[in-house]
Amino acid sequence: MQSHSSLSNEVLKPMDYNSVASPRTAAAGLEINKVLKNTYLLLSATIIFSAVTAFFSMSMGMSVNTYLFSVIGAFLLGIFVLPKTANSTAGIGVIFLITGLLGFGLGPIINIYLQAANGAQIVTTALGGTGIIFLGLSGYVLTTKKDFTFMAGFLMTGMMVILLGILANLFLNIPAFSLAISAGVIMLMSGFILFDTSRIVRGGETNYIMATYGMYLSIFNIFIHLLNILGFMSDD
Amino acid sequence: MDWTKILWAVLIVMMIASLWPAYKHHMKHGKKAEKGDWEGALLPLGAVVVLVVLLIMSVR
Repeated sequence: MQSHSSLSNEVLKPMDYNSVASPRTAAAGLEINKVLKNTYLLLSATIIFSAVTAFFSMSMGMSVNTYLFSVIGAFLLGIFVLPKTANSTAGIGVIFLITGLLGFGLGPIINIYLQAANGAQIVTTALGGTGIIFLGLSGYVLTTKKDFTFMAGFLMTGMMVILLGILANLFLNIPAFSLAISAGVIMLMSGFILFDTSRIVRGGETNYIMATYGMYLSIFNIFIHLLNILGFMSDD
Repeated sequence: MDWTKILWAVLIVMMIASLWPAYKHHMKHGKKAEKGDWEGALLPLGAVVVLVVLLIMSVR
């Protein structure tokens, strides 16, 4: 699982949405809309780029170890390079590099599932399900404007528990535990989508590159773990 | 032992280590939930659970 960045790189700056309209509030609202628009535009572009690199690695028949190396590369870029470049145009190149790498690593994983009799159905169902989850949760936050920033502590604890669980299951190799971890990751990443979108809407996140990184990781992790659950639970 | 498992284990330990400062910060200074906050979160998360169950049923 890719670790989430939004909580580790930004200080929460909640805004008062109930204040009487003023030029300062209107300007802040315009800024928030700008961050939202740029985030979703960049997210769309990086997802499409990721799909292209996934297609290439599928066509090249890359080995499954490609996923491991792509995750390592993306993680190192996300920790050491992206925070330093997020405030410059270089950050856009870095985010495309990260998402391209992750997409490239995804290709061999998708190839494995496509080998099953109903593999295409599993992959497309996971893809559709991921899209519905992301759009549904984002839409919920954008329309209700509820504040989900209270979830920070819960999400960080959940992340730690999940990572420790994954570490343990590397050596225990219990399929049921793997399923439980996947279910936990999907719920955790759903929580992160609520949290991240809420932060943008309330002005707590002003850097659209970091916001895109967080959203992309949530979508990526949901897709991977939905594949795992659907692949395990299918009749094949 | 499979070298890929060792590499995954190293990566996960690095992820935990990188998140630890943020974890400590948010546990100490994070915003606390107010009345009704968790109820507001359970609705969309519950919908995710229902959707995943429906997706599982669709591939069986």
